[in-house]
Amino acid sequence: MLTLAHYLILAAILFATGIAGILFNRKNLITLLMSIELVLLAVNTNFIAFSHYLQSMAGQVFVFFILTVAAAESAIGLAILVALFRNRKSIHVDDISTLKG
Amino acid sequence: MEIRELCMLVPLAPLTAAVVAGLFCRVIPRSVATLVCILGCAVAFVASAVVFFGVRAGASFDGAVYTWVASGATLIEAGFLIDPLSSLMMLVVSFVSLSVHIYAVGYMRDDPGVNRFFAYIALFTASMLILVMSNNFIQLFFGWEAVGLVSYLLIGFWNERPTATAAATKAFLVNRVGDLGLLLGIGLIFVSYGTLDYASVFRLANETSGATFPLFGASECSLLSVICVLLFVGAMGKSAQIPLHVWLPDSMEGPTPISALIHAATMVTAGIFMVARLSPLFELSETALSFVLVVGATSSLLMGFLGIVETDIKRIVAYSTLSQLGYMVAALGASAYSAAIFHLTTHAFFKALLFLAAGSVIVGMHHEQDVRRMGGLRKYMPLTAFAALVGSLALAGVPFFSGFYSKDSLIEAVAASGIPGAGFASFSLLTGVFVTAFYTFRMYFLVFLGKERFVAAHGIKSGETPRESPPTMTLPLILLAVPSAAIGYFAIEPMLFGGFFRDAIVTAENHAVVEKILAHFTTPLEMAMTSPASGVFWLTLTGIASAAFFYLIRPTLPAALRSRAGVLVRVLENKYYFDALYKAFGDGVRAVGKFLWLIVDTRVIDGAIDAAARGVRWFGKGLWHAIDGGVIDTILVGGSARVVGAASRFLRFLQSGQLAGYAFFMIAGVCAMLSAWFFTQAKGFLP
Repeated sequence: MLTLAHYLILAAILFATGIAGILFNRKNLITLLMSIELVLLAVNTNFIAFSHYLQSMAGQVFVFFILTVAAAESAIGLAILVALFRNRKSIHVDDISTLKG
Repeated sequence: MEIRELCMLVPLAPLTAAVVAGLFCRVIPRSVATLVCILGCAVAFVASAVVFFGVRAGASFDGAVYTWVASGATLIEAGFLIDPLSSLMMLVVSFVSLSVHIYAVGYMRDDPGVNRFFAYIALFTASMLILVMSNNFIQLFFGWEAVGLVSYLLIGFWNERPTATAAATKAFLVNRVGDLGLLLGIGLIFVSYGTLDYASVFRLANETSGATFPLFGASECSLLSVICVLLFVGAMGKSAQIPLHVWLPDSMEGPTPISALIHAATMVTAGIFMVARLSPLFELSETALSFVLVVGATSSLLMGFLGIVETDIKRIVAYSTLSQLGYMVAALGASAYSAAIFHLTTHAFFKALLFLAAGSVIVGMHHEQDVRRMGGLRKYMPLTAFAALVGSLALAGVPFFSGFYSKDSLIEAVAASGIPGAGFASFSLLTGVFVTAFYTFRMYFLVFLGKERFVAAHGIKSGETPRESPPTMTLPLILLAVPSAAIGYFAIEPMLFGGFFRDAIVTAENHAVVEKILAHFTTPLEMAMTSPASGVFWLTLTGIASAAFFYLIRPTLPAALRSRAGVLVRVLENKYYFDALYKAFGDGVRAVGKFLWLIVDTRVIDGAIDAAARGVRWFGKGLWHAIDGGVIDTILVGGSARVVGAASRFLRFLQSGQLAGYAFFMIAGVCAMLSAWFFTQAKGFLP
């Protein structure tokens, strides 16, 4: 039988994976975007789990909105990525440090 | 028009003309400047004439027209006092001024500075009118200084001549000496009476005539005597009385129309006018009157002698002016104010006439001024010669001419006076009659009659002859010749004995000399007819006859006499050494000044200043190193800069540009905040 704890542990693992991807990925911008998606999915998983546990629909409504916004976000992120690659011929994360003070 | 508006017009018309001609003298053509000034002057003359006849009919005006300064209870106003005295002066000033304006059109024809010249003389006319119309001391002083300024400007009019600028400076400085007296007098009046209005001052002076003043701290003098003597010192400067007369002969460096207008007819009579105007004050001080009398008589005699040895035609007339001013001053001292003003009026006409005739001669002789190089000019310049003859007869005091009436009554009045010094004055004036006749006709004979000596004169080539001047110059001569001859005959009765001056002139009862001579006056005609019975007539005649003897019949005699009377001639030719005396005084002051400069100033004062400066410099150096360099630069200014630098170095290290870094800080921040919340607020949630 799968309990709430199982879901929370899964979400925590997903979250940690996403964070690790953000922090340690120095190569590819696409990987970065994917890691952000993972973090979002971990949050969504928490919402669903608690929604079921508490028998409340509010969590699931949140997830709908978050998924919608995340989709739009990914579309914009990928568009920026394409424009970036066209200009700089590279999507290497370490190269993108123009804001260095 | 009301008398007030007319009076405003009198000084303002020439003043406007002066401003227009003066400000735009570089742009407007000479015809415009000339026309504007003559027009302004003509307006002033017509308005003065209307005012004069209005005053004759009984009108008068005394009041302020403009408040200049109002400070507490003290009011300084510009105002007019229009009475017979001032209206007569207005008429004389504007008439002579107008004649001179017209004359100058011809005289200044070839001068490049003619616009400036006309602006000056129009300004002079305005200033003189302001002076005579004033109803208070401040305005009198203003006009007094303004005419002095114009006199300075016009004496130095040909400012490329060093002698002219020197003469202008001399006139200005000598007048300052006199003006100091005037200013002190006015100041003393203000301190004593608290007002500067003529009417109020006269009233207060009359009420407190016994007041005393501690002169030089110790001795008590009569306040009024001190005031009057101080005021008269001002008059001595302006009216060129001994010992402040030295500027007038030198002022002949200016253009001849100016000598006629300013240095003979009008400005130099300002002192005479002032004393007559202030007769209510002077009448209260016997001492001041005595002083005035003696100064006037001395001037008249000593200056007359100088006219005998002078050879410059203009300077002869100038010395005669000095002498005649002495006559007027003596009459003032004898309380014969109306006689002084009468002589002032006739003198204004005949002296202006003589000067303009001299100017005409100078133009005709191509600017030769030495009478020894003239002679026989009557043939070539008949109109000028006629005018000069009329002027000379009037000046010498030949019966029926204007000078006879004024001078004769003046001498009689002085003789009738009983104040201290009157005997000496009477003697001086009688001697002066002979001297006047002598030098006047010496000049006339040397210039217009006798042998023609101008052939060798500079500017005139042999074979060429002097020519008569243009009509603009001869017309004013004729204009002035008429009053010079006739005004005495017609004016003596109303002016001296007809109560013309009403209450404008005040005479104390024991000083009523004019009334004394009225006792044996019947008509002007009879006065002239009976003149051979008096000594004055014979003195005049002797003077003319001796001049004719010395300069026409025996022209070699003066040179012979001259070599005999060496010392006397030398004293006269050096003008009694007044200039040398003043130069010695000036040199003495300069020596004292040089001593003070080289020893006291350079050594003592400069040394002290240098020492003080060194101390301050040393102190400043300390401040610079310790406070400025140590505290301010290093700690405050440099310290704050270093703090900012260190902070920004740290922040630059944080801003790496690496996404991962930023993400790490974000997450670390979130973790930190969550932990903080967890351990403080969320205690209830913990198991």
